Amino acid sequence: MLIELENIRHIYQLDDPVVALDGVDLGIERGEFIGLIGHTGSGKSTLVQLLNGLLKPSEGRILFEGKDINSQEVELKEIRRRVGLVFQYPEHQLFEETVAKDIAFGPKNADLAEEEIDKRVREALDLVGLDFESFKDRSPFNLSGGQQRRIAIAGVLALKPEVLILDEPMAGLDPAGRRKLLELLRHLHRDIEMTIILISHRMEEIARLASRVLVMDRGKIILEGRPAEVFNERERLKDIDLDLPVVTDILKKLKEKGLKVRTDVFALEDARDEILTALEKQSQFRESRPC
Amino acid sequence: MSQIEMQGVEFSYRDQQDKALAGVNLKVEKGEFIAVIGANGSGKSTLAKMMNVLLVPDEGTVTINGLETADPDNIWQIRQQVGMVFQNPDNQLVATLVEDDVAFGPENLALPPEEIRQRVDQALETVGMDGYQSHPPHKLSGGQKQRVAIAGILAMMPDCIVLDEPTAMLDPIGRKEVLETISRLNREENITVVLITHFMEEAGLADRIAIMQEGRISRTGSPREIFRDTGLIAEAGLDVPEVVALANQLRQQGVSLPEVMTADELVNSLC
Repeated sequence: MLIELENIRHIYQLDDPVVALDGVDLGIERGEFIGLIGHTGSGKSTLVQLLNGLLKPSEGRILFEGKDINSQEVELKEIRRRVGLVFQYPEHQLFEETVAKDIAFGPKNADLAEEEIDKRVREALDLVGLDFESFKDRSPFNLSGGQQRRIAIAGVLALKPEVLILDEPMAGLDPAGRRKLLELLRHLHRDIEMTIILISHRMEEIARLASRVLVMDRGKIILEGRPAEVFNERERLKDIDLDLPVVTDILKKLKEKGLKVRTDVFALEDARDEILTALEKQSQFRESRPC
Repeated sequence: MSQIEMQGVEFSYRDQQDKALAGVNLKVEKGEFIAVIGANGSGKSTLAKMMNVLLVPDEGTVTINGLETADPDNIWQIRQQVGMVFQNPDNQLVATLVEDDVAFGPENLALPPEEIRQRVDQALETVGMDGYQSHPPHKLSGGQKQRVAIAGILAMMPDCIVLDEPTAMLDPIGRKEVLETISRLNREENITVVLITHFMEEAGLADRIAIMQEGRISRTGSPREIFRDTGLIAEAGLDVPEVVALANQLRQQGVSLPEVMTADELVNSLC
């Protein structure tokens, strides 16, 4: 097990203490793509900040490769390098004069050699699909929102994390920017075998990308499983006001009306084929529309 | 006379070569619900800022109910008629209590206290936040904050609300709350709505969609007309809503389907 959370509670000690996490047990294997869903205030952001040591749990332990990250034997700096966290609106944290300097900030602080830093910056820009030569000397502040977002992510990737956590990375991006970012995440997971934890409010994205979905509500993980398993629990999701992916909603409604379709596919093309096949089968038995 | 009229509007930001707006022509009628969609950088937010005089055109004219925005004497009257809601709810609320925040606008109009009280209560009721008068805004959810921001605008009794990606930072519940509020204001209070959004499903709720590309409005039409034109959508770097995309794919495979915008419409046409 790469990461283990043991009976985590986290309480923000304000005038009015807030219990953000209330007994979370979780194991994450290397190479998983975890989709984390739930409403604002359900504990998602607290959970991911615990994972890279930005917050210390009020109770419980967080183990990385079996070692308690908040114990003396582990250096938090090392954990933060290996577990990269991309915050919401990460472009707000861009600050350097040039794109190359901004991406190099992390590797520099990790005391890497100049040559290695340069190589990392090139690789990171390449990963996020921006050309090194044409972007390296530009000011990050004169780029589009989507480009700024990708540069902020490149800054995290330049540290070569083993685990990449992203908190709502698509928010505010236009459809084309969102598609590019989705492709990047798919590439990082499939081809580079990075472990990824994605927080998103878009059920379609979670359903299509994640190997496992965690649903949080009021500081607890209340549902988990493969996307098909989790999104099969329509009533429980409805109880906490979460929607199904649009495609799943359509397939389930068709099934209720008697069309024999599977409801565990999430890609548009798969849903299309599922509906076409079911329509054809039924029309062999009847002349007109089947249901 | 249309409520909002834009003619040949051009605008450049000082440090940028490309024009943010490069000849925009647009008319919005009283009571209309129009959605503006387009890629990042296509000029949507600049367009919105033209509507309540946060910016004035370099070339061309913008008139609101016949008042030209370039005339400084018209600014306050126009801002009273056109209210704006922005993306980040945390940047818009200034007071320590919800009611003070909503009262901020009317107080600046120097209205009598009873009138202000009445407007604040009415506005909060309209957005479904009655009873939150003495709550501190920072303890509200994102959707609630946006609704308080909308109430602050309603208290000015505007003709029109312009919303620049009001749901981008909200969770699904918050999005629903805000969208329902917007639709209701449009339907029941006859307030003109200009909604800028990256969510194609939200644009589908409007009477009319305007597509922006490189500082121009390249096309307007009903959601059904716009989302039928998949070539145009792709060229503008946009998407169609998932339901429409699935329907389009089925149609390409020979399934005969009418135009659909919602899951229920698609299901009912198939079965």
